[in-house]
Amino acid sequence: MTWDWSAVGDFMPRFWDGVLVTLQALVLGSLIAFALGLVWALAQRSTLRVVRWPVTAVTEFIRNTPLLVQLFFLYFVLPEWNITFSALTTGIVGLGLHYSTYTAEVYRAGIDGVPEGQWEACTALSLPRTRVWGAVILPQAIRRVVPALGNYVIAMLKDSPMIATIGALELLGQARQFSAVTFQPTEPITVIGVAFILIAYPASLLMRALERRLVR
Amino acid sequence: MTDLTAGLWELLLQGLWVTVQLTVYSAALGAFVAFVVGVARTNRLWIVRFVSGLYMEIFRGTSALVLMFWMFFVLPVAFGWQLVPLWAAVLALGLSYGAYGSEIVRGAIAAVAPAQHEAGIALSFSPWQRLTKITLPQAWPEMIPPANNLLIELLKGTALVSVLGVGDITFGASLVRNALGDSAPVYTIILVMYFVLAFLLTRGMRALERQAKAGIGQTPEKGAGVRGKLSIRRQDAISRSSAGGGA
Repeated sequence: MTWDWSAVGDFMPRFWDGVLVTLQALVLGSLIAFALGLVWALAQRSTLRVVRWPVTAVTEFIRNTPLLVQLFFLYFVLPEWNITFSALTTGIVGLGLHYSTYTAEVYRAGIDGVPEGQWEACTALSLPRTRVWGAVILPQAIRRVVPALGNYVIAMLKDSPMIATIGALELLGQARQFSAVTFQPTEPITVIGVAFILIAYPASLLMRALERRLVR
Repeated sequence: MTDLTAGLWELLLQGLWVTVQLTVYSAALGAFVAFVVGVARTNRLWIVRFVSGLYMEIFRGTSALVLMFWMFFVLPVAFGWQLVPLWAAVLALGLSYGAYGSEIVRGAIAAVAPAQHEAGIALSFSPWQRLTKITLPQAWPEMIPPANNLLIELLKGTALVSVLGVGDITFGASLVRNALGDSAPVYTIILVMYFVLAFLLTRGMRALERQAKAGIGQTPEKGAGVRGKLSIRRQDAISRSSAGGGA
């Protein structure tokens, strides 16, 4: 076992660049996943079959097929249809789309968890639909599901190295490039592996604490 | 889709076989790890609980893809152990998904009524007898629905090995893509292949669940009509197993 601290030192500038890109992908991907997931969840509750069924089918399909293949699909097939994004943008869209199918289920569970009396009260007060959702149902539903959404952000963090396979220079991408130049794979890959644990573990503790506070 | 020749189909089918092998072997290793670690987390000695908890946090905390890179590139250089690619992949997948599975095992054991455990002590069963004759038979049916979700995550996780040159479906697809110069058909085909595999896994696990629940005198809840049949995962299991997810 050889461990070269100077290689760790040399890797550090790239490491911080990688952290920045990983966090960027994570934040933007989460925003897409949160927004799109809510759209899927509401569409799955639609009274129209033509809306409900296709959305259910598409989200089931996306959720049960590998993110890696979906990334390849987006990265290689979209240019054939004359839609070109950078690797990072493709990665962010892929992560967001994949995880939106998970957050849709989280929102669905949260909406189902709102007591029946709340719906009846809305009907009794003859609130318009937008007020029913915006002021009564969603605030209660989302409060309960914040920890579950947070857990999916952590899961997304751990899936984010996949976007290195289409060429985005996040943590794993930087580590691969560094080891390709210096022929020292040990240090950079170990460093980023530890970095993931150091980010994910406190984050999961935070989610557990939030769960105790928010979900009653 | 017409220009996919027989030879190219053969590449995909060979990949399919490798993916099935990977899934089966990693699931077996993962189940073994999950039971050992999950049971160790309920041990009386704090040191056993601490070590198994540490294992779980480390393997759940890091990214499976990074772990795989580590096993492929760091292990040979740093320790001089060169594993056959397929087995390195099985080891990485089994160890990390086993860590997720240990939480399922621990949770199911914790859900068995404490009176069962106490009755075992009152009848002077040994700890091993209590575990194998009282706790696990009752915890086992509870584990199956979340294990099904995890198994699908594992199936999706096997796609990662293509990055390291193991010839699974995704690897076969990249070869076909290079041969055809056309990406849409082949990636559509393999996405459908993965979906069908996930569907078959779910059917199998539902059958297993029915059998396991019958063993302790319960019937599983019915799926909700067509949607219940179509939907691969048990809906309530998703919100509950927030610990899962993430390849």
